[in-house]
Amino acid sequence: MERKTPLYETHVAEGGKIVPFAGYLLPVQYGSGVIKEHMAVRQQAGLFDVSHMGEVLFTGPTALASLNHLLTNDYSNMPVNKVRYGVMCNAQGGTIDDLVVYKFGEEAYLVVVNASNREKDYAHMAANVLDGTKCEDISDSVAQLALQGPKAPAILKKLLPEEQIPKGYYTALPNVEIQGMKCLISRTGYTGELGYEIYTSNEDAPKLWKLLRETGEEFGLIPCGLGARDTLRLEAAMPLYGHEMDETITPLEAGLDFGVKLNKEEFIGKEALVAAGSPKRVRIGLEVTGRGIVREQQEVFANGEKIGVTTSGTHCPYLGKAVAMALVDAQHTAEGTELEVDVRGRKVSAKIIPLPFYTRGK
Amino acid sequence: MSNIPAELKYSKSHEWIKEEDGVFTIGLTDYAQSALGDIVFINLPEEEDSVTAGESFSDVESVKAVSDVFSPVTGTVTAVNEELLDNPALVNEAPYEAWLIKVSQVTDSEELLDADAYAAVVAAEEA
Repeated sequence: MERKTPLYETHVAEGGKIVPFAGYLLPVQYGSGVIKEHMAVRQQAGLFDVSHMGEVLFTGPTALASLNHLLTNDYSNMPVNKVRYGVMCNAQGGTIDDLVVYKFGEEAYLVVVNASNREKDYAHMAANVLDGTKCEDISDSVAQLALQGPKAPAILKKLLPEEQIPKGYYTALPNVEIQGMKCLISRTGYTGELGYEIYTSNEDAPKLWKLLRETGEEFGLIPCGLGARDTLRLEAAMPLYGHEMDETITPLEAGLDFGVKLNKEEFIGKEALVAAGSPKRVRIGLEVTGRGIVREQQEVFANGEKIGVTTSGTHCPYLGKAVAMALVDAQHTAEGTELEVDVRGRKVSAKIIPLPFYTRGK
Repeated sequence: MSNIPAELKYSKSHEWIKEEDGVFTIGLTDYAQSALGDIVFINLPEEEDSVTAGESFSDVESVKAVSDVFSPVTGTVTAVNEELLDNPALVNEAPYEAWLIKVSQVTDSEELLDADAYAAVVAAEEA
């Protein structure tokens, strides 16, 4: 039985096409369709319900040490109100999940995880935290809205004084009140675009959604579903759990080196990652040069020899071309290399191009 | 509400069929294009290929997924709408103008539905 987010009725009223996803009933798109929603986020603004995401609070004198033990990144010298990406590995170095960590104080952190992994993550965390850390799954009491796109700052400025809007990328401000609604505002997102993620209570979520929709209207904001969320993250080459990584794929193979600190004293999975050495397979970007759309889990060939599989692929509405990401043997990664992908029995040509496919203009 | 023109015939798998002098023109219904969402690629057969009633002759990629298109008749492809190769979104914009293929020398056919019967199929799927 799928759960509903506090915005379920809102999505139905807005004309959302509801599908089951990660145990929740969520809109895959609204009336305007994936391409228009995608373009709105690249050019104006879009509003997403991401209340399905999981939230786990880490508190106590050893909270920091627990995070450094559980996660690949180093959270030691992190300023308060900063956000930092990380990966949680198993002892074999495989990826249990990728996540972000918010720091609110020396003994208070919030970890945001993928909805589909929430139970598994929490069980792993609870089993491995150090004495003196309390970890608590608060997902069911937290709603999250993502306001994304170049007009996002202008929309928030209509509702808040400038000093209550986080400025730096990957920074956050807790305890901000928007018309009496208590929010955590974070300059983060999963679209490759400038934007914010706003956490609030379940009770306030429908009111906050309505307020952002009304305030955003003059800026071209439209509601966006899971379809556009996927095409946007793929165009920006952001990895998605279950696609670019899973428990058999290490974060180094997935190209997430920036979030893996092998010089850290210890973390679960470090020994295995160090022992494995330089990854034998790596994540690459492909532009489809033949006719067709490449999707995930399609075999990739170099000169007739199988070298790997695709992990995600779609038609990118903003770039106007089909792209894919793939996990391939490390010797086949040179830019410009011509490859072929088996698309349901048909060989479609593709070439290696640099990641990310899309980068926001500064 | 889906647009279902009264003068056309339909298959249960959401293709429309127009027969004129033994030539069957086949396309995707308004309901099908709406369910698929934004179409970004259509893989079509070539002229003189044969198609078989009930079997896939094309795949249509929307932003999110790929779907097969089934031939309601058995016969030979005599024309392919090549405009769709460059502009597949025409199927979203005008599904009853953006035909996919024309088939002649038809030797077999699925049971074709009239507009009322097809409307009942759509109503059942929407329920």
